[in-house]
Amino acid sequence: MISDLLLMNGYGIYVWSSFAFTLVGFLSLYFIISLQLKKEQKRFEKNFSMLSDEKYNVAINQEIYKEILKNSGSKI
Amino acid sequence: MFDYFNPYRIFKINSTLQKIVFFCFIIVLSIGLVEALFLSPEDYLQKDSVRIMYVHVPAAWISLGIFSTIALLSFSVFVFKNKNLILISKSLAPSGILFTLIALVTGSIWGKPTWGTWWAWDARITSMLILFFFYTLYLLSFRIFEDQDRSNKISSIIAIFGAINIPIIKFSVDWWNTLHQPASISLTEKSAIHSSMLVPLVIMTAAFALFSVLIFLMKYNTELIKIKNKGLKRL
Repeated sequence: MISDLLLMNGYGIYVWSSFAFTLVGFLSLYFIISLQLKKEQKRFEKNFSMLSDEKYNVAINQEIYKEILKNSGSKI
Repeated sequence: MFDYFNPYRIFKINSTLQKIVFFCFIIVLSIGLVEALFLSPEDYLQKDSVRIMYVHVPAAWISLGIFSTIALLSFSVFVFKNKNLILISKSLAPSGILFTLIALVTGSIWGKPTWGTWWAWDARITSMLILFFFYTLYLLSFRIFEDQDRSNKISSIIAIFGAINIPIIKFSVDWWNTLHQPASISLTEKSAIHSSMLVPLVIMTAAFALFSVLIFLMKYNTELIKIKNKGLKRL
């Protein structure tokens, strides 16, 4: 029964390779975008921690900066 | 109206939505895969090779839908001068190009058992390949031009120009003699496809749509953080 599912009357190689290509494509794009997001979050955290006190006080009051830090799990 | 496109508002919604969309995507994809690979019947003519339809067709539909949206947003950029629309378009493009590639590759794989060839310069396939080039050009324009205003303008022009290709892809099967069959599913008429095949097709389309939403949300946040990183330096 399992071999029937795999072989699919001789069309298995075409069907499975199509689905495999699609899923590999999904996984690759998901990981690429996840890595890019994490990289930018880390860069943001680093830049934020290097701000002078005066600039820090300006930045920390901006909603968008607070939200970015919150989402990157930062403890700043 | 453009308050809805406020980056902070979108960023906040995005962050919450990502996990929900990811969860929904996994569930819908799992159901779709079981339906497409095991529960749906084989075709009387194409036998089991018809199962390729469940990845090929949704990928083609969504790649067209995404490019149409990008073109519409790019046109709106010129009308409303809202740069956030560029950010939305740019974030939609990665999943769009992936779906175009999936449509081309799975179409090629499907072509071998069905038509006896991996590739044919038929109107539908060629116009899909052109769409892939437009996606590539669109994404490259952001990397090639360092000046942001210039890259925004050029990418928008590419998207608007590329939109001409969309009706060509859609109606290529009616306008020319192609290897592709005419559309089996229409929004206005009764579907020519049996419900046992239509259901998995709809579920897989929903899964693919959820994936493109997920990638969009992640990419949008990435691009926004990139901009805010530059903003930090200018404080």
